[in-house]
Amino acid sequence: MSQSTFTFELVSPERLLTSGEAESVVVPGADGDFQVFAQHAPVVSTLRPGVIDVAFPDQKSARYFVRAGLVEVNGARCTVLAQDAHDVKDLDSSRIAEEISTAERQLANAGDDHDAKALAERTIEQLKSLV
Amino acid sequence: MATLKELRGRIASVTATRKITKAMQMVAAAKLRRAQDAANAARPYAERMDAVLASVAKGFVEQGATQPLLVGTGKDDVHALVVMTAERGLCGGFNSSIAKLARHDAQKLMGQGKTVKIITVGSKGADNLRRDLGSKFVDHVDLRGIRRLSITNAENISDKLTSMYEAGEFDVATIYFSEFKSVINQVPTALQLIPPKLPEVEDDSKDNDASQAAYDYEPDEEAILDYLLSRNLSTQLFRGLLENAASEQGARMTAMDNATRNAGEMIDKLTISYNRQRQANITKELIEIISGAEAL
Repeated sequence: MSQSTFTFELVSPERLLTSGEAESVVVPGADGDFQVFAQHAPVVSTLRPGVIDVAFPDQKSARYFVRAGLVEVNGARCTVLAQDAHDVKDLDSSRIAEEISTAERQLANAGDDHDAKALAERTIEQLKSLV
Repeated sequence: MATLKELRGRIASVTATRKITKAMQMVAAAKLRRAQDAANAARPYAERMDAVLASVAKGFVEQGATQPLLVGTGKDDVHALVVMTAERGLCGGFNSSIAKLARHDAQKLMGQGKTVKIITVGSKGADNLRRDLGSKFVDHVDLRGIRRLSITNAENISDKLTSMYEAGEFDVATIYFSEFKSVINQVPTALQLIPPKLPEVEDDSKDNDASQAAYDYEPDEEAILDYLLSRNLSTQLFRGLLENAASEQGARMTAMDNATRNAGEMIDKLTISYNRQRQANITKELIEIISGAEAL
């Protein structure tokens, strides 16, 4: 294995979405987005709603929308345990609208809970940016 | 001895039954495939979750963690039993073996003077336990009409459990489900969820770069642990639901296979007595004709 790639895995509770070598991955961490390359320092972080951007060695790339989750990075591996992950390619406008309305309902239910409110607002904002 | 007409009727009815059981067996076989695929697809997530949780939680336990979801409430007076069964019958001993295990444990706990609260998932288990333990029921989760189990179903149950736990309604939670070993073997299993029995952390020497690395935690270790613990609950419940779904179909397939075979044997027996009866009638008529002719 060359030094420039690492194993990337994206799993949701229902299935393994992708597994393979990647050159870099941009992850929406709870404290801010960060980019993972090979030999990245070990880190475990929770995720906020956002898009994971994966660059594969053969110039290909993929984008996934995650609602929440956890990422574990060490030198050779990057594993994302997503709570709800979708390939952006599979998200057409009607699906996105559906997801936005779910998030809006959550926002309405959040009441005084600032954390939940901020989370729902960010979900909506991220989803809108995909349209 | 039954008349020819009665025998014909019985053969027709058993044949119809055999057709139904055969069809049910084939439906169960198709559903089993799907259920098994779903269970397999969910496995990687659960495995990695276990690994991360074990490595994060280990440090916390050593430092004296305070998270009630991790270390429990310090008591074990009130036990919540989550009994997960199917919504349908006609699957052999599937539902009753899970209920039997739960009933046995509940009675043992009550014998020790503990309080037992039962949450049923799927109506068959509720029906089965209602007579003995109906007074202990606190909640029921209906799975009727769900075509494809999703993590949302598990999240609903785990939300319920978490809010009950936070309100101090129980100290220990255990789930009962049937583990899918093979088509003919499903093992009723009890798994303690709160506080969780943590998987052993693997020997460090095997996987040097992964487990010896000192992780940075974002936002902080505690937030990660809280998140992991609540996710772990849903993941384990989801696993239980999926195992159960596969087991149910496996059990139904076996039960229906037996029923089809029994129906076949019954048809053979009935056909033999039908033919004997028919032959006896012919012989009787012949004797009547011959003796009539001889009398002339």
